Amino acid sequence: MRRVLAALLLSAVVLFPLVFTRPFPRHVMIMIFLYGALATAWNILAGYCGQISLGHAVYFGVGAYTSTLLVREIALTPWLGMLAGAVLAGLVSQVVGYPCFRLRGHYFAIATIGVGEIVQTSVLNWDLVGAARGLFVPIKRPDSLLNFQFHQSKFVYYYIALALLGLALGVTRWIERSRRGHYFRAIKEDQDAAASLGVPVAREKQAAMAVSAALTALGGTFWAQYVLFIDPESVFPLSLSILICLVAVLGGVGSLWGPLLGAAVLVPLSEGTRVLLGGTGKALDLVIYGALIMAIAVFQPAGLMGLVRQLGARRGIAASPGARRESAA
Amino acid sequence: MSAAFLEVRGLTKRFGGIVANRDISFAVRAGELVGVIGPNGAGKSTLFDLLTGFTRPDAGTVRIDGRETTRLRPDEVCRLGVGRTFQKLRPFHDMTTLENVMIGAFLHTADVDEAREAAMAALYSVGLADRAGAHARGLSTGQRKRLELARALATRPRLLLLDEVTGGVDPGAIPGLVTLVRDLHARGLALIIIEHNMRVIMDVAQRILALQLGEIIGDGPPAEIVRSERVIDAYLGEAWR
Amino acid sequence: MGLVYALVAAGLSLIFGLMELVNFAHGEFLMLAMYVAFFAWSLARLDPVVSAPVAAVALGGVGWLTYHGLIRRVLGAPMLAQIFATFGLAVFLRNGAQFAFGVDFLTVKDPWLAGRVSVAGLFIGLPQVGASVAALAAFLALYLFLSRTETGLALTATAQDRQAASLMGIDTERMFALGWVIGGACVGVAGALLAMFFYIYPDVGGPFALLAYVTVALGGFGNVPGTLAAGVIVGLVEALAGLLIPPAFKYSVVFVLYLVVVLWRPQGLFGRF
Repeated sequence: MRRVLAALLLSAVVLFPLVFTRPFPRHVMIMIFLYGALATAWNILAGYCGQISLGHAVYFGVGAYTSTLLVREIALTPWLGMLAGAVLAGLVSQVVGYPCFRLRGHYFAIATIGVGEIVQTSVLNWDLVGAARGLFVPIKRPDSLLNFQFHQSKFVYYYIALALLGLALGVTRWIERSRRGHYFRAIKEDQDAAASLGVPVAREKQAAMAVSAALTALGGTFWAQYVLFIDPESVFPLSLSILICLVAVLGGVGSLWGPLLGAAVLVPLSEGTRVLLGGTGKALDLVIYGALIMAIAVFQPAGLMGLVRQLGARRGIAASPGARRESAA
Repeated sequence: MSAAFLEVRGLTKRFGGIVANRDISFAVRAGELVGVIGPNGAGKSTLFDLLTGFTRPDAGTVRIDGRETTRLRPDEVCRLGVGRTFQKLRPFHDMTTLENVMIGAFLHTADVDEAREAAMAALYSVGLADRAGAHARGLSTGQRKRLELARALATRPRLLLLDEVTGGVDPGAIPGLVTLVRDLHARGLALIIIEHNMRVIMDVAQRILALQLGEIIGDGPPAEIVRSERVIDAYLGEAWR
Repeated sequence: MGLVYALVAAGLSLIFGLMELVNFAHGEFLMLAMYVAFFAWSLARLDPVVSAPVAAVALGGVGWLTYHGLIRRVLGAPMLAQIFATFGLAVFLRNGAQFAFGVDFLTVKDPWLAGRVSVAGLFIGLPQVGASVAALAAFLALYLFLSRTETGLALTATAQDRQAASLMGIDTERMFALGWVIGGACVGVAGALLAMFFYIYPDVGGPFALLAYVTVALGGFGNVPGTLAAGVIVGLVEALAGLLIPPAFKYSVVFVLYLVVVLWRPQGLFGRF
């Protein structure tokens, strides 16, 4: 029964652009996919491995800037630029991780905020990469897959975004089932106890960071090719890091589908409020986000997935592993 | 093999003004079962922390199987064949009993199914196999002690450090744990156990190290230690006589 | 300036010492305090020096509210939830202020303390001097309170060992709430003082928060007197950095300092753990 539902849902998603041909619905779906992918990537580090990074926008920006610079300077196809961006982001994450991972919990989170701020400030003042003016992605016509630009419609963007999401989910699922996934969860719970059992804690954290950063960077390149303009304000800001965080937390950190669920709820909401409230909505929606984060933290840290599981358990539907609570023996 | 598996020389550790361990030296041979006794604050758990890489000593060396391990990380020490349990139990709460033990088993294999099998075997050997699917959060203290044991065993250690394995356990469950410890010893495992329960120590230990205020005040066969004036003064008390 | 940072950081340090929780919204508290001072000035013509106590009370109230409404419920929760709780509060306050007050930079004009004064050959703004003096006074008051009064001692005891304190009959929950009230009050005073010579706008809390974190780390988490010395150091570093490097990177230097401190000496210069 669940399989049938899943298959139906999947076909609906795949066929969506064929049914809805106007740009706005497609845009909303693309944003859901993008944020879903970003949040899923963040989830690997934060949800599974327990390291809360509040400066993840850095990697998004690295991806966007790398591919854009490569397109501008050496006319490299954005696809390769995307790869380059992912690799670079992975490297940056290692450099960041090396000092930061010695910190735990709150201190680590503060450090990641600081890193984000530093990077944003640096790029803002770095003329070589456009400083505050930003960079335009050179327009290439006609639409082409090679140049990763489509001006006629969002049709192809839709499927690329979907593929990106699929990749993020796939990687997460693969990790979840591997030894590494188990190690991550142990580190999240009690990193000292894990070390006493032979888990190379630092190495595993770096690995989580690298994967998470690389995936995030892919999203950055996609964004650059989607809107064809990037500047520090749009790809590096703290508010983006917050948003990624919120999406994942709302949906449920530590679960496979949580972040996507969060995106599916939050993106339409924010796009809707933007339409309704116009320009002044900017601050108000963040106010609501803040309130949402607090509410989740207090009432349901497990996010929407947590709610789903609880409802499922009550109805007696076989819940996913980890939802049952055995009474004390 | 007369060469010691674990060799400790001149181990010293200070925390601010307090000397937790002062000039500790001793050796443990393969397959030996050594008990460690002493009043609270004598530096027993600190010693374990030093041996397993959780803290760095201010002076002294630790050698495991001939290799100097003084400055190694805990996971590196584990890989050399040393396992440990903690006085304040630290199970992975959100994982099942089986998953907990699998973390240990993963040291020797990257394959999830293999790890699962090895973990089940470890659980059988401590008598927890029936609780394999339960969340670690829901286990009783005695069961958690066994879980920690199974977890450490899954790493296939050659030396196991047990920190107060009978602490906080129902009196009725203690004989079971003692049998377990004896079984492990019979299988060739070297063990160092910190214990307050003297009956347990007298039962299983081949040798006893007595600590007080960070120093060793006795190192020898149980019969000898319990007659030592210093140890009686410091820890056992007159009633012991 | 360092003295003002110390004041801001003192509250943060206290809260952390009490319940091992970093208040991510501390910068936003400061921002609120500055707005309070501004409104006291624009509506009631109260100079910031006078409105400092008002701000202290107001922010103390905010602290109390935060504790009761939010913090109390996440004390036992996983760290993730705790981080998000105060982080969410920060976002909420920052953007709420933007929504309510707009993004304009506001200033308090013609404060009582204006102009410059010459100290050992250096020209320093009188407001700054005044602020430092006031901050120092507030700090002293805090120190005396913590070490001489019964409540203050109870607070310190709770910070050092929660269980022992509760066994001795100290109501830990009241202590926690008190910690938040005092933390808020400190920030309130600091905010009012800063309003004398800083622009007031919704995002103003950010850089100060970072400075506060560094100060707390440097002085030792939970160590209130330590934050005084640390604050001075941080203030000096910041001023120096501002002279030597393009201003935009000033905070990067501070942040690097944070990293260095936390990695090299996690207990800070004067910390206990």
